[in-house]
Amino acid sequence: MPSFSIFDIAGSGMSAQNVRLNTTASNLANADSVSSTAGAAYKARHPVFKSVQAALNQPKTGTSVKVMGIMQSQDKTPARYEPGNPLANSEGYVYASNVNVVEEMADMISASRSYQNNVEVMNTSKDLMLATLKLGQ
Amino acid sequence: MALPLDNYLGIHPQALKLSARRSEVLAANLANTDTPNYKAQDVDFKSALAASGKASTTLPMVATQASHIALNSPGDALTVQLKYRVPNASSLDGNTVDSQMEQANFAQNAVRYQASLTFINAKFRNLMTAITGQ
Repeated sequence: MPSFSIFDIAGSGMSAQNVRLNTTASNLANADSVSSTAGAAYKARHPVFKSVQAALNQPKTGTSVKVMGIMQSQDKTPARYEPGNPLANSEGYVYASNVNVVEEMADMISASRSYQNNVEVMNTSKDLMLATLKLGQ
Repeated sequence: MALPLDNYLGIHPQALKLSARRSEVLAANLANTDTPNYKAQDVDFKSALAASGKASTTLPMVATQASHIALNSPGDALTVQLKYRVPNASSLDGNTVDSQMEQANFAQNAVRYQASLTFINAKFRNLMTAITGQ
């Protein structure tokens, strides 16, 4: 392979999937966190991916992926009646996080598969590059 | 007498270049598997290889400034036109990457690349045999 940009592309994919795995870990860890107000309750976090071209006048370069930001879920945070909880408000309610655990597990598997795909691309490219270096020997 | 090495190696150097470019495009597809509205692209290998084999008959335009956008010359396999894939099953977020298909294409492309390398290697070995006479 004469060009090294394939490593940048696969690397960007790996780092994006890594961010996704991180947010999934954070969501799963906080699935049972409660809070006294609906606003302060934990909201599930998800990254927003976007494809980026390295430069406008360089159509040769492939598109890598970039994390544009982390978005918080707008779903309702469910109120639970737990008067014994020290975090309960004056009416005895606590607000749980809006994390959907099943969704997060599926997201985690999807992220890890995508990560593996990118690792495979990198390994194959590395092997081909090394084979090219040995050309004519 | 100059050795016509380019002719001797045949189409394989161009095929190698094109395979490298295609692997880049497929890697971009795989990296953007989860990007909303990303459209999968690919190189039309056959037509691109046919175009790269032909010598350019038209006079090239000269880029006199760094901001000039390079034109696609048929002699250069690296500036090959990309085409969008027709999705088998479109997803709701507008992404058209089928990661299984992309993986299969990537594997196929890697084998092609290795095949071209093997052919070039064999040609060089033949040349060495002719030179040393052993």
